[in-house]
Amino acid sequence: MTEPGMDLLMWARGTGFQIAIGVFLFGLVLRLIEIFALRRKADVAPPKGDAVSGGLRTIFTRFVPAPGFAALLPAQIIGGVIFHFGLLFIVFFFVPHIAVIKDTFGVSWPGISSAVINALTVLTVAILVVLLVVRLKHPVRRYLSDFQDYFIWALTVVPLVSGYMAFNAVGPYTIVLAIHVLSAELLIALIPFTRLTHAFTWVSSRYYNGAFAGRKGTMS
Amino acid sequence: MANKPILKEVLRDRGVSRRGFMRYCATLTSLMALPAAMAPKVAQALEGAPRPSVIWLSFQECTGCTESITRSSAPSLEDLIFNAISLDYHHTLQAASGHAAEAAREAAMKAQDGKYLLIVDGSIPLGNPGYSTIAGISNEDMLRDAAKGAAAIIAVGSCAAYGGLPMADPNPTGAVSVSQIITDKPVVNIPGCPPIAAVMTGVLAHFLTFQGLPDLDELGRPVVFYGDTIHDRCYRRPFYNQGLFAKGFDDEGARKGWCLYELGCKGPVTRNACATIKWNGGVSFPIQSGHGCIGCSQPDFWDAGSLYTAVASPTADITPVAGMAAAAGVGAGVAVAALNAQSKKKTASESTPVTVQELGDKQ
Ligand code: SF4
Ligand code: SF4
Repeated sequence: MTEPGMDLLMWARGTGFQIAIGVFLFGLVLRLIEIFALRRKADVAPPKGDAVSGGLRTIFTRFVPAPGFAALLPAQIIGGVIFHFGLLFIVFFFVPHIAVIKDTFGVSWPGISSAVINALTVLTVAILVVLLVVRLKHPVRRYLSDFQDYFIWALTVVPLVSGYMAFNAVGPYTIVLAIHVLSAELLIALIPFTRLTHAFTWVSSRYYNGAFAGRKGTMS
Repeated sequence: MANKPILKEVLRDRGVSRRGFMRYCATLTSLMALPAAMAPKVAQALEGAPRPSVIWLSFQECTGCTESITRSSAPSLEDLIFNAISLDYHHTLQAASGHAAEAAREAAMKAQDGKYLLIVDGSIPLGNPGYSTIAGISNEDMLRDAAKGAAAIIAVGSCAAYGGLPMADPNPTGAVSVSQIITDKPVVNIPGCPPIAAVMTGVLAHFLTFQGLPDLDELGRPVVFYGDTIHDRCYRRPFYNQGLFAKGFDDEGARKGWCLYELGCKGPVTRNACATIKWNGGVSFPIQSGHGCIGCSQPDFWDAGSLYTAVASPTADITPVAGMAAAAGVGAGVAVAALNAQSKKKTASESTPVTVQELGDKQ
């Protein structure tokens, strides 16, 4: 006899966690080596600008939307910025998450108020829903979206919703917590195999584009 | 049963006043989560209730459950309610022992056939009957035999309810719970290591008052006592909600009474009444005394990871897995990169340059 969800939770905390971290690390190392091993032919044209400074600049300039875009896509840009920062704070500054990191890697840092995280979760989920609606309602965007776009949306939303439910004691805690941990593990494991890889490649890809343009003396 | 004095007489003999008895019934009523208006009904039922015969079997146990009941502050609810039953057999508490005691048990079982309450503490070893015997009778045989004529069976403590410590990995005796053996009768589980005495008596009071068992959940627990988790009713919950956690047992947070989640509190996944009924006559409970809940009333709590690790934290060491995965990733990455380079080369060597002439022709 076991409490419903307890076996699942124990599996998620043990074997499930090992599998998730294993798949994640395998995939991430594989992808990074594959990306960095890609080579272009040497550019023999004389440089018209500095590649390095162009690359470094672009890492930061891309935080600001290109002129005209903010007016064109306000929901995506404002919503996008908020939900990315929301995710960052929820994942790395919720005290029980820091406890998991501390128990796994031995490092920790101060967290922020759970009440703030709670509100941030509602906001982040709301934005993700709005972004999904925007995507579905616009014929061109819908046409451009493939299965993976919807899949990674769900992959991100399930841990957020289940985490919110666990924290606020909505539903049977053990089952909800098990679902939360499992869905977070699935998300971690699939990062290297989906577009979510950008969590690890955004700096290098911005640098690459910036450096390419910088050498030509243009802005990226 | 008829020749046994009813509770009213027992109370009179012990000098308990009518007022005292009514107060007791009011407490019991609230304990059982019944509306206050039910108190006189409970009093009436208890006063007139014939004292049911109780047979208490102890198997692989530590006597903690019996201690929990008998050491409860007297005169207490527990004390009173135990006067409302007739404990015909309890081999730790009774004077007789060995075959004489077994003869008494068999006599009581025969005389009260179909009417006695069977209370069990401790798990039952199936690995080898010799692991635990009483007067040469294996625990399993004694349980099956005593269960046959029982009006109701109550498994007291986590060992009887779910196997408890004896069943913890690697379960050397092949221990099982009561409900794993008795499958044709409802078994009321009152888990806890030990269970709260007031919960045990609350269930007995319910049985005496209503001549039946309280509502049980899917794990056989009375819903009134096990419906909430410790976390649901914990007075430290506001600190949890604010994200204020003690990081050590003697740090500033601990002194300020902050939430014990990070110190491994299992309150969020533990169903019990500690946070409301509390221990030692309502004095305190573990969390109030500064230690997280260890989840003692949950099935398999011994195997549910360290008592001092947060309830969502990993139980497994990931270092070897991480090392192997990273190494495999390097191997696969190098192989994929080589394949990519090769196919690029192949494409380059197979492609034929387009001349201006050809382009002109296409237009
Ligand atoms: S001390 Fe335990 S039961 Fe109480 S709020 Fe904190 S985690 Fe929940
Ligand atoms: S607080 Fe938890 S560990 Fe302590 S007695 Fe209650 S259920 Fe058992």
